[in-house]
Amino acid sequence: MTRISIDPITRLEGHGKIEIFLDEQGNVANCYFQVPELRGFEIFCVGRPVEEMPFLTSRICGVCPEAHLMAAAKACDAVYKVEVPPAGKKLRELLYMAFFVTDHTTHFYALGGPDFVVGPEAPAAERNILGVIAKVGLEIGGQVIDARKRNHQVIEMIGGRPVHPVAAIPGGMTHPITEEQRQQIVEIARKNVEFGQFTISLFHDVVLKNTEYVELITSPGYTQRTYYMGLVDENNHVNFYDGKVRVVDPDGVEHCKYAPHEYREYIAEHVEPWSYLKFPYLKKVGWKGFVDGKDSGVYCATPLSRLNAADGMATPLAQAEYERMYEILGGKPVHHTLATHWARIIELLYAAERMLELAQDPEITSPEVRAIPKATPSEGVGIVEAPRGTLTHHYITDENGILQRANLIVGTTNNNAPISISIRKAAQALIRDGQVSDGILNKIEMAFRAYDPCLSCATHSLPGQMPLEVIVRDHKGQVVRHLSQYVAARELTQF
Amino acid sequence: MSNQKPKLALYWASSCGGCEIAVLGLHEKILDVAAAFEIVFWPCVMDFKYADVEAMEDGEIDVCFFNGAIRNDENAHLAHLLRQKSKVLVAFGSCAYGGSMPGLANFYTRDDVLRWVYFDSPSTDNPDGVVPQKRVDVPEGELRLPGFWDTVRTLAQVVPVDYFLPGCPPEVSSIEAAVNAIVSGELPPPGSVIGVDVTVCDECPREKHEKKIKRFYRPQEIIPDPNICLLEQGLFCAGIATRAGCGAKCPQVGFGCRGCYGPNEGVLDHGARILSGIASVLDADTEEEVEAILDTLPDPAGYFYRFHLPGSLLRRRGRTNGKRQPVGEAAVHEPA
Repeated sequence: MTRISIDPITRLEGHGKIEIFLDEQGNVANCYFQVPELRGFEIFCVGRPVEEMPFLTSRICGVCPEAHLMAAAKACDAVYKVEVPPAGKKLRELLYMAFFVTDHTTHFYALGGPDFVVGPEAPAAERNILGVIAKVGLEIGGQVIDARKRNHQVIEMIGGRPVHPVAAIPGGMTHPITEEQRQQIVEIARKNVEFGQFTISLFHDVVLKNTEYVELITSPGYTQRTYYMGLVDENNHVNFYDGKVRVVDPDGVEHCKYAPHEYREYIAEHVEPWSYLKFPYLKKVGWKGFVDGKDSGVYCATPLSRLNAADGMATPLAQAEYERMYEILGGKPVHHTLATHWARIIELLYAAERMLELAQDPEITSPEVRAIPKATPSEGVGIVEAPRGTLTHHYITDENGILQRANLIVGTTNNNAPISISIRKAAQALIRDGQVSDGILNKIEMAFRAYDPCLSCATHSLPGQMPLEVIVRDHKGQVVRHLSQYVAARELTQF
Repeated sequence: MSNQKPKLALYWASSCGGCEIAVLGLHEKILDVAAAFEIVFWPCVMDFKYADVEAMEDGEIDVCFFNGAIRNDENAHLAHLLRQKSKVLVAFGSCAYGGSMPGLANFYTRDDVLRWVYFDSPSTDNPDGVVPQKRVDVPEGELRLPGFWDTVRTLAQVVPVDYFLPGCPPEVSSIEAAVNAIVSGELPPPGSVIGVDVTVCDECPREKHEKKIKRFYRPQEIIPDPNICLLEQGLFCAGIATRAGCGAKCPQVGFGCRGCYGPNEGVLDHGARILSGIASVLDADTEEEVEAILDTLPDPAGYFYRFHLPGSLLRRRGRTNGKRQPVGEAAVHEPA
């Protein structure tokens, strides 16, 4: 048995690892996506006052602290049975939209985009944002930096800090925004909408006009039929901050639609001895192992999943592009993992449009951003969409609001099983007779990268080259081949 | 040309990635850092191979910014390796400095964590009692995982550290100050915290009067005056005993400081200092009155040691008598 070890690929709550085992013919026998780290937030938060949970759980992830801040604050609202005043809700959602714009922008330009804009077969040294700049023009690098910067300004304005914001508490937000701040945010949101439209047109020009790319996106190695999950509003439109969780089956038929407090009826988590990260699945379908299809409870929670699980987008420009995507890719649901990149920039445009709507809402500057809870605290669940999937926080407290139990199912965790399946499918399609080239490695990496697994820094750094190391060993464990793809970033340090 | 630039390495251990995002928060100034240093190791940006670092001469890296706490075999291995290869090792951010949030796990044991995550949590379905193992035989071969420690350690508890840069994460201004100090060579004596030695209160623009607290309120219980000191209004704020440098951003938006910049110079135990700071503002004449007021502040340990439990004199909760059957594989190569 030959073993290919891709280690470490990523950080999720740590550093990830992919093990690919080849059989004696040199074809893929199996793949394992391992998460080697565990931190135990669910335990060490026990005994803390529940209102500290937004602050504490933000530290699960420095890339998406806003998602944990929001899910935790909503779970706290539920624990205290308190209704947040409209302005408080809108302010939270406004902060959250600014976060989605910066997060999706970074992923598209620094990580996912280069594969397409520069090309999957391009030398590794060019498959990064510098390659994008070379192809599209120098100003795009500045635009990406500026998008990050201006949206972090909004996060700081509303949340208090650009990383690990603090202002969400049970019942609302700690402070309102001023009219002057609102006007600044409107300007920033306008720029975001323009930037979102530009990004969509770039995707059309560079990716969709290239038949090779379209063939790659729709090829069997990147296609798997799973259930899809996403939060929807009352019109079944995609929503990131609030609503019900809707799951559709591989044929696009609604499997379930549940309110946050009902999640345990629908979701369970499987344990494997070779990873610290559990594998969520749909309880009513059941765990059937690492397989796709309607009989397997494996589901995806990604930008593409959210679009598949919804009936449309709540803003006009994003809706137009939503329709275009399904028209071009042959209707709903879309099962092509690489189309996740397209879905992500549709969401980017939606977040920008929604941000502008909220910033122009006269109520957004209302000082009524908080309600003081009156009920005895007990139990609550808060769910938001994190950029990388549905995020569930479930708390149980004593009558003083001291945390007794916490259960968290975080964005990327949902995708733990589908990621494993995607890697195996891509590897099986690409590795034949023991032949493993740089191009093949990148294409396996692309299957994984489409999920944007929360690899905190690696995927979110400006140069954004995913570190990927592949060691091919013979059956005695001797290294027979050693490949890596980091040249790009090394070049980058010279500028 | 590039060989004349100082060599910089950045690494994360057990952390959230927020420190890396903070570095990216330099925005366009990140290009100045790239211009001033030759970045030789930054897994989130470039070649990740440990072998490259192993092949370096001892002391070849001029400065290493190390973020994250130490809580498994792999974290410890990299801490030792980067110490050996670096002239100057900086504990970057609260996790490396004091243990931070992941360090609160020291109030519990490794078994508590494993038991909850793999057995007791309400969504876990684990009829066969499976627990992740350091070595597992699968049909195709063997898979390995790093051992998960019982105790979270700070970087300085594992290897000698030259400088500390506090913050969760460090503010951009703090990172700039550290970079400038290194570039100019104007570094404080080894072992120092790079930063200012005043308290968050000194940076906080809220109006301060004589503090006399009759009880504490929880953040959701009152709407505080936006211009007056939060602690005076009975809201917990650790700014009174926490190093400045953050710009007092949290109190300015109505959220009391939780202590992420750690203690001031000469303070051995941040939690004890916060306690004495808080005790000094209580409106109480007797010990009973003090106790009654402190009773209105739930979970004092979780507040006082929020960012500095592993780095404190306490370090961790005492272990139980060990009679409980350990969950999973007990053989963890963890220092005593």
